[in-house]
Amino acid sequence: MEILLQTLQTFFGPAWPLVWTLLKIFGIILPLVLCVAYLTLAERKVIGWMQVRIGPNRVGPLGLLQPIADGLKLVFKEIVVPTKASTGLYFVGPAMAFATALAAWAVVPFSEGYVLANIDAGVLYLLAMTSIGIYGVIISGWASNSKYAFYGAMRSAAQMVSYEIAMGFALVCVLMVSASLNLSDIVHGQAKGAFAEMGLGFLSWNWLPLLPMFLVYLISGIAETNRAPFDVVEGESEIVAGHMVEYSGMAYALFFLGEYANMILVSVMTSIFFLGGWLSPVGFLPDSFVWLAGKTCFILFLFLWFRATFPRYRYDQIMRLGWKVFVPLCMFWLLFIGVWMMSPLNIWK
Amino acid sequence: MGALTAFFKSLFLKELFQGLAVTGRHLFVRKITVQFPEEKTPQSNRFRGLHALRRYPNGEERCIACKLCEAVCPAMAITIESAEREDATRRTTRYDIDLIKCIYCGFCEEACPVDAIVMTRIFEYHGEKPGDLYYTKQMLLAVGDKNEVQIAKDRAQDAPYR
Repeated sequence: MEILLQTLQTFFGPAWPLVWTLLKIFGIILPLVLCVAYLTLAERKVIGWMQVRIGPNRVGPLGLLQPIADGLKLVFKEIVVPTKASTGLYFVGPAMAFATALAAWAVVPFSEGYVLANIDAGVLYLLAMTSIGIYGVIISGWASNSKYAFYGAMRSAAQMVSYEIAMGFALVCVLMVSASLNLSDIVHGQAKGAFAEMGLGFLSWNWLPLLPMFLVYLISGIAETNRAPFDVVEGESEIVAGHMVEYSGMAYALFFLGEYANMILVSVMTSIFFLGGWLSPVGFLPDSFVWLAGKTCFILFLFLWFRATFPRYRYDQIMRLGWKVFVPLCMFWLLFIGVWMMSPLNIWK
Repeated sequence: MGALTAFFKSLFLKELFQGLAVTGRHLFVRKITVQFPEEKTPQSNRFRGLHALRRYPNGEERCIACKLCEAVCPAMAITIESAEREDATRRTTRYDIDLIKCIYCGFCEEACPVDAIVMTRIFEYHGEKPGDLYYTKQMLLAVGDKNEVQIAKDRAQDAPYR
C-alpha cells in the first residue's frame, strides 16, 4: 500500500494532493450513494414488516436489486420542464439540495484520524451546509412556477428554520461540555469520565447527561429532513410532493438522493454528538468504524420506525412543538448545564 | 393536578412510546402477504368472475332468450337479440356482454331461469386493445364449454342453499 502510494505520488508530481483528495472524496461519496440506494430498500422492507407485509422481493434475491431497478427507471425517464419555469434556477434547485447534502460529509470523522477535512469549525460548517440545502428547496419551489410547489417550499423553509433553532441550541449544549467545535474532539471528549474508566463507556457519552437535548436533536433532525411525522412539506393528500411536484427523472432523483443522504447525515451527526461516534460502548472492545456504522444504522432504523408508527403532525402543531416546546426546553437545559459546569459536581473537566 | 399529569405525559412522550411498541411488536409478527402468481387465496364456489354461457349435456344451448338478464342488469352491459329457429324455438342471435360496463353483481345469474348465464371462478383475464373485453355469444359459449366441469360442480355444491 505504502509503495503504491509512493509510486502514484511520483507519477502525479505536484498534482498529487489534488488527486489524493479527489480519491478520498470518491471513497466517501460512492459508498454513501450506495447506502442511500439501499436505505430506500431498507425503508420499504422495514415499513412492510411493521405492516405485516413482506416488502419488495421481486427484483433479484430478496428484492436486493430493487434500488438499482428504481435508479435505472429514473435515469431513463424524461425530465419535464414546465413551460413558464425559470429554466436555469429550475435545475440549480435540485443540484443545490443534493450537493450540500454531500458536501456536509467532508467534516464527518469516520474513525480516529479518518476524516476528509479535520477543520476546527466543523460544527459551524455542518450547520452552514444543511442551511444552504434549504435554498435548494426554496429555489426549486420558486422556479417551478407552480403554486403547489411554492406552498411546499414555503412550508419546508418555515419548518427547517424553526427546527434549526432548537437543533442549534441542542448543539450549543454539546459544545459547552466538549469545549470544541471540532467533531473529532467532540468524540474524544466523550471518551473521558468516571464511567469510561470503569469500562462502561456508553454511560459517559453525551446522551445521558444531555438526554433531553439528545431527544430534541433527534426529533429536530427528523423535522429538518422533512421525514414523517413532520412531512407536511410533501403531504401527499394536500400538496402531493411539495417543492418536487414539477420534477421528474434524474432532477427528481437528486432531491430524493439528497433527502436520504441528509437522513444518513443526521444519523451520523447524532451518533457523533451524543452516542460517542466510533467509541466502543464497553472497555474490553476496541474503538472502530464499525461502532459508528452500527449507531448510525440504529438511528436510521428509528427514522423508519417513526415513519411506520406516527401519523403526520398538523402544521400548527409542528410550529408549536418547535417554538413553544423545544426552544424553552433547550434554554432551560442550557442554563442547567451552565450551572452544573460551574458547580463542584462538574463531570466534564 | 390533571393539567400537570397531562404535561408530563406529553413531555415524556408516553403515548408515542406506546405506539412504537405496537409497530415494534408487529415487526416480528408472521407476515400474511399472499404472493399472488405463486400463491392464491381460496375461492368460494359462489365466486363471481368471468361470465359463461352453458349448454345442456346433449349440446343444446340453455339460453332461451327470455332477456331477464338484460332487463335486470344494472349496468346495462348485456345486449340480446333473438329470433325463431327452424325448430320453432326462440333462440338468441346475439348475446353480448361488455365486461368494461359489467360490475360483477351476479344479478344476471340470479335472474336466469335455466342457469344459462353463469359467473365462473376465472378472474385472471385481460384485454390488450379496445374491444377485447366485449364478449360475444361465441366467446361466452367457448368459456362455458371449456369450464363446464367446474361450473357444474360449483352449482351442485351450492344447490342445497338455493
